[in-house]
Amino acid sequence: MTKVEITVDGTSTEHEVEPRLLLVHYLRDVLGRTGTNVGCDTSNCGACTIHMDGQSVKSCTVLAVQADGSTVDTVEGLADPVEGEAGWHPLQRAFHEEHGLQCGYCTPGMIMASKGLIEDNPNPSEKEIRDGLEGNLCRCTGYQNIVKAVQSAAAEMRGDTKVEVEV
Amino acid sequence: MTAIDTPSTKNVGITRLRKEDAHLITGQTNWTDNLQLTGMLHVALVRSPMAHAKVTSVDVSAALDQPGVVAAFTGADLADNWAAGLPCAWPVTPDMVSPTHLPIATDEVRYVGDAVAVVVAQSKYQAADAVEFVEVEYEPLPAVVNMEAAIADGSPLADTTLETNKSFTWQKIDGEIDDAFDGAAHITTRRFVNQRLIPTAIEPRSVVCSPPREHAEYTMWSTTQVPHILRLMLALTCGVPEQELRVIAPDVGGGFGSKLNVYAEEALLLVLARKLRKPVKWTETRSEGYQATCHGRDQVQDLSIAFNEDHTIRGLKVELLADMGAYLQLVTPGVPILGAFMFNSIYKMDALSFTCHGIFTNKTPTDAYRGAGRPEATYGIERLIDEAANELGVEPFELREKNWIKHEEFPYTTIAGIEYDSGNYEAATARAKELFDYDGLRAEQVERRASGDPVQLGIGISTFTEMCGLAPSRVLGSLSYGAGGWEHASVRMLPSGKAEVVTGTSPHGQGHVTSWSQIASDALGVPYEDIEVRHGDTAIAHKGMDTYGSRSLVVGGYAVQVACDKVIAKARKVAAHLLEAAEDDLEFDGGTFSVKGSPDVSTTIQDISLAVFAAHDYPEDMEPSLDSDATVDPENFSYPHGTHLCATEVDTETGEVTIRKYVAVDDIGKVINPQIVEGQIHGGLAQGIAQALWEEAVYDEQGNLKTGSLLDYYVPSAADMPHFDLDRTETPATTNPLGVKGVGEAGTIASTPAVINAVVDALRPMGVNDVLMPASPSNVWNAIQAASAGNTDGGAA
Ligand code: FES
Ligand code: FES
Repeated sequence: MTKVEITVDGTSTEHEVEPRLLLVHYLRDVLGRTGTNVGCDTSNCGACTIHMDGQSVKSCTVLAVQADGSTVDTVEGLADPVEGEAGWHPLQRAFHEEHGLQCGYCTPGMIMASKGLIEDNPNPSEKEIRDGLEGNLCRCTGYQNIVKAVQSAAAEMRGDTKVEVEV
Repeated sequence: MTAIDTPSTKNVGITRLRKEDAHLITGQTNWTDNLQLTGMLHVALVRSPMAHAKVTSVDVSAALDQPGVVAAFTGADLADNWAAGLPCAWPVTPDMVSPTHLPIATDEVRYVGDAVAVVVAQSKYQAADAVEFVEVEYEPLPAVVNMEAAIADGSPLADTTLETNKSFTWQKIDGEIDDAFDGAAHITTRRFVNQRLIPTAIEPRSVVCSPPREHAEYTMWSTTQVPHILRLMLALTCGVPEQELRVIAPDVGGGFGSKLNVYAEEALLLVLARKLRKPVKWTETRSEGYQATCHGRDQVQDLSIAFNEDHTIRGLKVELLADMGAYLQLVTPGVPILGAFMFNSIYKMDALSFTCHGIFTNKTPTDAYRGAGRPEATYGIERLIDEAANELGVEPFELREKNWIKHEEFPYTTIAGIEYDSGNYEAATARAKELFDYDGLRAEQVERRASGDPVQLGIGISTFTEMCGLAPSRVLGSLSYGAGGWEHASVRMLPSGKAEVVTGTSPHGQGHVTSWSQIASDALGVPYEDIEVRHGDTAIAHKGMDTYGSRSLVVGGYAVQVACDKVIAKARKVAAHLLEAAEDDLEFDGGTFSVKGSPDVSTTIQDISLAVFAAHDYPEDMEPSLDSDATVDPENFSYPHGTHLCATEVDTETGEVTIRKYVAVDDIGKVINPQIVEGQIHGGLAQGIAQALWEEAVYDEQGNLKTGSLLDYYVPSAADMPHFDLDRTETPATTNPLGVKGVGEAGTIASTPAVINAVVDALRPMGVNDVLMPASPSNVWNAIQAASAGNTDGGAA
């Protein structure tokens, strides 16, 4: 067992873990932070996407011990819980308004991957969004409304007056 | 189309943003795998690495010595726990052959992934580790992987306890089929293949079961589309009294038919909770699920269509080989026979013969996958019509138009004997052509062909209908299905004037909470925000037939409407009593009853709810309750239709296919929530296009699944998927009060043939008449090479 200290969504956490424990299992099973999902065992689906030290990563590809000393941000830390809808991140609002989710299982990963994408490229084209989300699979939406949601959130995050996006 | 969310008393027909979303976008979810119960143990299965073998010994003793391991059982250890094998609820013929399907195999394994033992440990890592220490000895048996070989003389058996690899032959003949072909001016004959697919809901399957605590009942949480069916079937399989089992489908992350089943792991966890008296949990890994969760499609179609001189259709012959896999799961044999009603599609004809052979192979069982039988049929007929048009030298639309049912001919009883209530194929087609710029693209195609452009343009058409809204109970009975097709809803009016709607449907992404709120809000006159919809827990929604077959709105939404109408009928009585008026003199609008001509003399549904709760003053001939129950049995299926057009660019030098434009004009009757409907169509299109271009479950000759993980089975991403242009025409259904038709599967059903017709159309000048799915660069390249060598069928024959 190895001790890790990881700051998760602003709270410092400290646990003894097996060296082989995946970060996603640390979040879900050790911390009970089940907002981040697991959809595969081959790092293809992106359901587990989080940010580690500001970079978007698939948390099933990282061991908890590798994240020792890191800051991890998940979908659960995006919104201010006491504010309700008013506290939602622009991406959360956009996924809601543009119907960018159906079952919602891919959504935490999609939102975190989209956040990374917009931080790297504040004004992505439709193609850049599609290519940028290549590592995140959704089986429900056919992606069109996800692309719309990301465009709409990016516009809001840039401070553009909210435009009607048509993709 | 952009979301609107303006408050209004009228909710049906406008986009309401989903009530479901808040917890899903903030990570406050309720997935089965999230559950942590006190004392919970973790389950892992030992699965056969062989497609077919005798199991000569299973030894769990070394596994029991591993850290954290609490118990381990072989199939033989558990054999006495099953009151019955896993159920197949659809015995399509009286003499259907159905192998006994124990959740854990005892002496023979029949596909890679068939379970042979189970390990229970304190953590999931420990359980997974201990699996490696279970020693199993297998004696390999020949694997049956190909359907035609399976029914050839001398084939080894997929199940050595049976005498045949054929489960059933199901036949339906309508009209004089021999006459239709004998006198034909032209006959087109083709073989098409619908490849095997893996549904891949992004949430893996997971089951938690806890033993009785304060109530004498087991509680099972499962990633299921069908909690009600599961409860009944598990009671029968495990010998647990039905009243002592509660099934909860919490948040469920997609299903597409793959969670419409009664799985070995569900039965197993109930038995383990009973044996160990501890809560137990199992969650599949994706690769495990690719073996252990049902696959879809896998059908070989031999089709012939006969025409008159004037190109009207005389008759259609359909002969199918349908791969069941190793066992019959819940509705495995019923899936292909739905084609008996669908191969004729929107076309008029004098005769139809349909024969389906269900074949066992040593592969993962197949079962419903989005569309279930109708995508296969639609693919067959829409490909065949294109091939016939080519042979007859007519425009593919011209041949369709000549033969389809005209809008003035509805209601129309088809050759298969079912009545299409309404439709307008002309209107949907006209709109699709306009949106697509059909004539413009055809002109460009002519130019590109003339210039010898290595990248050729193809245009694919799919004019489809489907039968959904499963289903009128008497029809299901006539098809030997084990249950009815009704749906249940109840409405509870709360003293504060708010309402709870309880539905027997079990959504997993479809937005029922939102849509049912819209229906109930308009019907009750209770604000949308004041309605809560409850579902997916047999202790709360005690009665239901669940969610599959695009049935939820057309049957379940209908039940909600009827239940609301019953509340209002009772409320009217109370209103008349309180206002001292005759019931007939009352008007009801937007939640207010008022006396005709004296609008000030009024009361509201909220006031009436409180008055009935207080029960100080109510009509003598009724109970003090507005609550209602409704169980509706649909009088007919639902027949959405539409015209989809696809333009593909096909690189004749590399075989690469790119979708340039995709137009879908769907007619699903009246719409409750346009945004949700669009989402359903988008998702459906993506799955149908994925079948056409990317996905295929591949087995080798030994029965190993070569596409055993998401690394090898290609589920498309946003980068692969084209943009879709959508529109709707609206021909209301006449068989339910909402005028709605099903939409969950329409996109999938329509899109696969649209894409392949476009690919073949692009290559037609090169002599290509078929391309095997998926139309990967290699399959396209092979079709081009075969055509240049004089073989034009793409390799199907
Ligand atoms: S769970 Fe991490 S990529 Fe699939
Ligand atoms: S919303 Fe279901 S997988 Fe994306």
